[in-house]
Amino acid sequence: MADSVKIVDGRNSFCPGPLMELIKGIRQEPVGTVFEVWSSDAGSAKDIPEWVRRAGHELISNTQDGDVFKIQVKKLK
Amino acid sequence: MVILGGGVGGTIVANQVARQMSDDLKKGTLGVTVITDSEQHVYQPMFLYLAFDQVVPSEAKKPERGLLHRYVKMVVGAADHVDQDQKTVVMTDGTSVPYDYLVIATGSRPAPEQVAGLPEGGHLFYTEEGALRLRQALHDFEGGRVVITVGVPHKCPVAPLEFTLMLKAWLEAKGLGQKTEIVYTYPIGRIHSLEPVAQWAAPVFDDQKIESHIFFNPEQVDPEHKTITSLEGETLDYDLLVAVPPHTGQDVIGRSKLGDAGQWVPTDRASLRMKGSDDIFVLGDATDLPISKAGSTAHFEADVVAANLVSLLNGGLGSVRYDGKVFCFIETGLTKATYITFDYLNPPKPSEPTEMIHMFKMAYNRLYWLTPAGLL
Repeated sequence: MADSVKIVDGRNSFCPGPLMELIKGIRQEPVGTVFEVWSSDAGSAKDIPEWVRRAGHELISNTQDGDVFKIQVKKLK
Repeated sequence: MVILGGGVGGTIVANQVARQMSDDLKKGTLGVTVITDSEQHVYQPMFLYLAFDQVVPSEAKKPERGLLHRYVKMVVGAADHVDQDQKTVVMTDGTSVPYDYLVIATGSRPAPEQVAGLPEGGHLFYTEEGALRLRQALHDFEGGRVVITVGVPHKCPVAPLEFTLMLKAWLEAKGLGQKTEIVYTYPIGRIHSLEPVAQWAAPVFDDQKIESHIFFNPEQVDPEHKTITSLEGETLDYDLLVAVPPHTGQDVIGRSKLGDAGQWVPTDRASLRMKGSDDIFVLGDATDLPISKAGSTAHFEADVVAANLVSLLNGGLGSVRYDGKVFCFIETGLTKATYITFDYLNPPKPSEPTEMIHMFKMAYNRLYWLTPAGLL
């Protein structure tokens, strides 16, 4: 994993939850930042790509590592 | 021991440690100091009721000194930064407060300025000033389209639902129900971050004819044309705009270089120690933890921090762990409420709203002062 990837550890986060944590990160970090969201909620593998598409960012990968869903997103604007 | 912040979490830690270590405090072998920027302790949930003219500002405030144990020292002033090398809190007046253990309980602040045009075009109920301005706007309101928008991150995650449902009931009671359209927006793909709460609230919104727009993150407000545009590209018209604004960590965290880009302090989710530090604990809104920013979170975290500090001061290892517990009342109108409780492993299960829970919430609003005192 590249050093510049920012981990958003949303495991066991019911509220605000992994997507809201990603939105927080995207709001506060510069364009070009790559985030990797860790989530224990299967819904994240669907919700996060949907928001990324609507918000105009780039979905880099969407994988499952054991019980953890790992979704990489690049901030584009 | 120094506690930076005189909100609910910081005050609980001070009082619980002082009560359990009062002999040491009396002998002078232990000192507990709370640094706060205000002589007044504010119970912020009252601002929701203030906006609807159900309480007045004085009901949300009491002197912090009166809530603190008599052996706890209180310093009123602004902290400039924390010097980790010198183990001191440096105040803006140049004085320093040394510590062996530091508790960061600085909370968060609403940052409506992060959404262009929002301070001029919208209302909020997260400050006394904002709630009073909204109270006047609601008093003068004669009907129209009310848009409720939600920034990220924000504290009190049930507040968007509570305000919306209370507004609906308040408008009906005022005879403006038929003249008003309520539009609720939310940043993610359902109407609340907690899935069980979203599932409960969706049919309630349908029944009450509250329109909802999901995946709506406020980006820009045009106060002149009364529109709000999301970063997802959707634009809505409004007559009255009410925001749960985005929040940020406090500037003292940024000046101390202890936080991330949002001035949230990296914190271990179980030990509540600042990451990379053995002598600094963090609680409440100030942490970067992926849990609700709420008074109850600060309360339950404060119980853990106080227990660990008492353990460490008595030669223990300070190994009590926080399990992620959160508790929230949810007002569902003007006469009923429900509640949720959850932790890192167990999701909430909202129950059917009742008058009894609403009355309990009303009673707790008066009993609150026992919480910072460390008694409830």
